[in-house]
Order: sequence, then C-alpha cells, then structure tokens
Amino acid sequence: MSPNLRIAFRFLTAKKRAMVMSLTCIVLGVGLFIITQATTTGFQDLFIETIIGADGAVLIQDKIQSARTSFETEHGSGVVIETTQDNAVKLQAGIEEPAGLVAALDDNPAVVGVSQVLKGSVDISSAVRSDTGRVYGINIDQHLKVSNLGAKIVEGSVDDFRNRPAGAMIGRELADRLLIGLNDFIQVSQSGATPQRYRVMAIFVTGISAMDRERIYLSLSDAASVLHRPTGVSYLQLQLADPARAPVESARIVDELRYNAQPWQERERSWLSAFSALQVSSAITVLVFTLIAGVAMFNTLAMIVIEKTKDIAILRSMGYERADVTRIFLWQAVIVLTIGAVIGCVFGAASTYGISKMPLRNGGISGIFSAKYYVVAWDVWHYVEAVSTAVVMVMLASIIPARRAARLEPGDIVRGTAQ
Amino acid sequence: MKAASVSAPGEVVLCCSGLHRYLGRDEGRVHVLKGVSFEARRGQVEAIVGPSGCGKSTLLYLLGLLDQPDGGEISINGNVMSNTDDAARTAARGAHIGFVFQFHFLMLEFTALENVMMPMRKLGRLPEPEMTARAHSLLASVGLGEKSHRLGTQLSGGEQQRVAVARALANQPTIILADEPTGNLDVKNSALVFDLLTRLAKENGQAVVLVTHNPEIANRCDATRPMRDGLFV
Ligand SMILES: Nc1ncnc2c1ncn2[C@@H]1O[C@H](COP(=O)(O)OP(=O)(O)OP(=O)(O)O)[C@@H](O)[C@H]1O
Ligand SMILES: [Mg+2]
Repeated sequence: MSPNLRIAFRFLTAKKRAMVMSLTCIVLGVGLFIITQATTTGFQDLFIETIIGADGAVLIQDKIQSARTSFETEHGSGVVIETTQDNAVKLQAGIEEPAGLVAALDDNPAVVGVSQVLKGSVDISSAVRSDTGRVYGINIDQHLKVSNLGAKIVEGSVDDFRNRPAGAMIGRELADRLLIGLNDFIQVSQSGATPQRYRVMAIFVTGISAMDRERIYLSLSDAASVLHRPTGVSYLQLQLADPARAPVESARIVDELRYNAQPWQERERSWLSAFSALQVSSAITVLVFTLIAGVAMFNTLAMIVIEKTKDIAILRSMGYERADVTRIFLWQAVIVLTIGAVIGCVFGAASTYGISKMPLRNGGISGIFSAKYYVVAWDVWHYVEAVSTAVVMVMLASIIPARRAARLEPGDIVRGTAQ
Repeated sequence: MKAASVSAPGEVVLCCSGLHRYLGRDEGRVHVLKGVSFEARRGQVEAIVGPSGCGKSTLLYLLGLLDQPDGGEISINGNVMSNTDDAARTAARGAHIGFVFQFHFLMLEFTALENVMMPMRKLGRLPEPEMTARAHSLLASVGLGEKSHRLGTQLSGGEQQRVAVARALANQPTIILADEPTGNLDVKNSALVFDLLTRLAKENGQAVVLVTHNPEIANRCDATRPMRDGLFV
C-alpha cells in the first residue's frame, strides 16, 4: 500500500459519519441510476422486440418515382391504398410485381426473410355478431421467417392453418368480440361483396392491441380472392440479421431498388421518442443523487482538510510533496467512490432482480406490448454509465479541497495563520 | 559570534546569513527576525536560547525550509535553499532535515511506530522490514519500546514529544532542528532525549540545533546562541 493511500485511509476512518454520508449518496446515485435505466430500457426493449416481432424490421410499401412522402388512404372499396405524392406526382400503391423484388432482396445477406403481405379492410361476421377488421394475406412459411407470429399462437396451431384450406388465424380480442372460438366459422367480405367462409384454425395474442383487435391472417390466395386483388401485394415485410441496421438497409433499398422502405425506428418513432424521453428524465432525476454525492464528498474532504492542517504541516515537514497531499485527499475520494460504486452496483442489481419479480398491477400491461411483471434489461453499460457518472461528479468535487490542502504552506500552518 | 566548542567542529552543513522575517499584515506587521546569521556544523549540538517571543521558532521554521525569509540566504550542504522552488525545498526537508515541532507533534490517528515510519516511507530508501526494525529501535532509544503500537491519542504529551524526536531521526538527516524537544519532559526523560541527540551528533556527525528554555540543557550543548528581539546577542 502506498504511504499516501495508507494515510488517506486513516484520515477517512477518523471521520466515519461524514464518510458514511458521502458513501450513502454514492450508493443511492449508482444504484438508482441502474434501476431506472434497467426498467426503462427493459420496457423499451420489450416494445421493440414486440413490434419487430410483429411487423418486421423493414416494410417496403411502394415504388418510388420521385421523393418519398407517403400517406395511407382507405378507398371506398375497403382496400388500403398507400399513395406517395410529391409535387402532384402520384405513385401506384403497393407492389405490383413482387417476385423480382423478392429475388433481389433474397440476394442481400443482411436480409434473413421476406414476406409478401396483402392487406385490406373487411367486414367479418360470426353466427351471432359482425364487426370490421383487416385481412392480412400471407404465405405462412415466408411470414414465420419475418415475424414471431408462430410464438404468439395461444389456441390452435400454425400447422393446422397451413394444412387446412380456407383456414384463418384471428386475434384474441377480435375473436372475443365476435364470440367465436377455435374451429368456429367466420364470414369475411369486402363491403358489398359476397362473403366467404373461413374456419378459425389459430388464435393469437401479440400483446399489441391494435393487432389483436383487428387482424385476421389468411393465405395469400384466400386474401387475394376476398380483396379482389388477383395480382400484387400491399407490402413486403423484411427481417434483418441485425434489426439495428434497419435504417441503413432501408436507405440502400431506396437507393438501389427504388422502392420505399421504412425501418421500424421510423415506423414507431413516436413511441420510441416517448421511451427515450422517459429514460432521459429518469436519468436526470437520479443525477440529483450523484450531485448530492459530489457535494457531500466535497464537504467531507473540506472538513478533513481543516481538521488535518497540522498533519499536513507535519507531512510536508517530513518531505511529503504538494502532489502527495493532493493524492492523499483524492485517494480518500477514490476509496469512498470504490466502496460506493461496488455497493451501489450490488444494490442496483439486487433491486433490478427484485423488481423483475414484481407483478404489474391490474394483471399486467397490454396495448403496446404485454407484460405481467416489471420488465428489466440487464445491460453492463448501465453499470458503466452509473459508475462513471459518480466518478466524474465525485472526483470533480474532490479536486477543490484536495488542491486547497496542497496549497497550504507549512510555515503558515504551524503559526496558525493558514486559511 | 563564534561559539566555544567542546569537540573539533566539522564541516558547515547549515548556514544562514542576514535573515529577515516579517510576520502579520498591515498594522499588525512585525519585524520578527532582524538580520540573523548562523551556522551549524556536523557533530555539533547548538542551543538557541532567549525569552519567549524573541523569534526562536520563526528562525527554526526558516532553517527547516518550512517558511521563506523576506531577506537573507539559507544554504544546506552548500546549496542555497532559501527561495528555491517548493519541490526542491520539500526534497531537502525529506532527505536532510529532521524537524521537531514545538507544539503538535504527532499524527494522532497513527501509532507511534507508524509516525516514525512516515518519513522513511516517503523517502523509500529502506525495505519495509528494515524500516520497521529501525522505527522500533528509535522508539526504544527514546524509552518507548513498549508503547510503539499505541495511537498518538493514547500517548501523553511527553511521550508524543519523544515519538516526534524519534521520527525526526528516522531518515538519518544531516540536520536535526528541534523546537524545545524537552519542553514537556521530566528530568529523566529530558536527559534521555538530550543524550540521544548528543550521541547521534557525535557518532553520526549530525548537526543538532535545538531551542531550549532549560539552562542545564543549554549548558551541556557545544554552543549556546542567546537571542533577543530577533537578533543573536
Ligand atoms: N502571524 C503573526 N503575526 C504577527 N506576529 C507574529 C505572528 N506569529 C508570531 N508573531 C510574533 O513573532 C514573534 C516571534 O515568535 P516565535 O514563535 O518565533 O517566538 P519564540 O521565540 O519561539 O517564542 P516561544 O519561546 O514562546 O516559543 C513573537 O513576538 C510573536 O508575537
Ligand atoms: Mg517558539
């Protein structure tokens, strides 16, 4: 142990109460930082996982002939048409010849799956009720590569849907509204047209109520028949090896294939910015603790400097340099910081674990995702960030008293005229 | 000015000339040292005596490079040290000077042994076990062999003072400056400390300068320098 560290340690232990105060603030600052980041990131990650799982990393919606501003309109026919308009240049909605585009995308190693989707609004009726919903025509095997729909089936099975003709998969909320269950029949029609009969082969719960409330999955050919769209699809849903790269890949698709591609980050921008606002605001709140830790450390050290001026004179008389005195006081900050950071991380991790076992009130959250327990994210960066924030704050606060101690002149101290 | 010496004087290790020191500010400014010249030689024990407030401690701080003179020069081992930079003076303090303060002797959170080892640790000349052994023997030589593991707070004033003497000797400094090192001691311990300092001066050729109010101690020194009102008389 270096002599300076040894002295630092002894000075600190002589001022236990003040030290414990600074320590507590550091523990709280580090711990709460970790907890808030773990929970906000946890919910955000779950949300991202949910939306990517449901709708893929990238959606390709229409062909580009000029700039990209797209909006969705629902025509009287009930088919959803996305139109791109720029300087009065109208574009044809949807993807008329998907085969070539799919082939081009299959060549891209970043793309792990492409699913053609044909969607449109329909009227649905069961034996007792009728309602509106949206049909999504898919090739189930393609679609399972770009979504986690298979994992969201709560009744029936994907195989039943695949193997039986005229089968449908329906969202739980929609099924409940129609008062139907597995193997019941539904009538699906575009407004005015002749209804067609499908059998419920699977019921899914994605946790996203917009989906569970209105979606019916049919085979691509069944959907084409219901929606009277014999050729073309509404959009292509893509899954990427690395969903984080969705914006980059989307930009490449736009440039190289001249189709409008939208990454999930853009699709869910409003939710994502709400999450990051939440993260920032909780970080700011927690920062206050770290700030208090800095002030407490400043206070503790300033107190020790005043109490130990005579000792500083003795040390200086024995050949200890100004830099040694600075180090002795910075060491004290480092000691408290180290203990505080370790306890803070343990406290943060333990609390995060405890929180993850806490059930959410009212049976859980659903709507934008579903969760029965508090969702937490385990990320080593939360710990790194928490500790480095504390280190920066506390060390900055410690420099002032440490340098003040180093500036004291031994002659002034022994005469009692040091200030 | 030349003092009578018992043994043959060695080389001059500490020398100051025309030292001036003012203390206080504005109206409170006092001319404490008014041109003091002085030298200390190897193997010599010198006593500075004089009434309270005449400037003995002030002079000793200057000689110990703990303070800077307003005029005059101090050299140690032939090198001018007054008004050099802090780092050079600090290094000289660590390597060549052992200082015993008039008041406040020890770092109280540390044991007697740790206090004595403190300057050795900074200098880093000896390996740890030798430092410990040396500290133990120094404490034994001031009569505190039994109490080396006591904290500063658990020692009496006189005991603290003796630990401070032992600490001043830790790095075998060429110059030992002691401000009333026997001030708090009974006759027996005064003699112990004084004999120790004298013996070191003779055996190791160290220069000892001590301030004392005790005429007996002063008489037993190689030279006595009476001081009055900021000047040697
Ligand atoms: N900060 C100060 N401002 C003004 N005068 C001071 C200051 N400190 C000390 N003095 C004066 O300087 C003079 C010398 O003080 P010093 O401590 O050197 O005396 P001393 O000879 O060691 O006395 P003692 O025997 O009592 O220890 C004293 O008259 C004292 O009043
Ligand atoms: Mg004095």
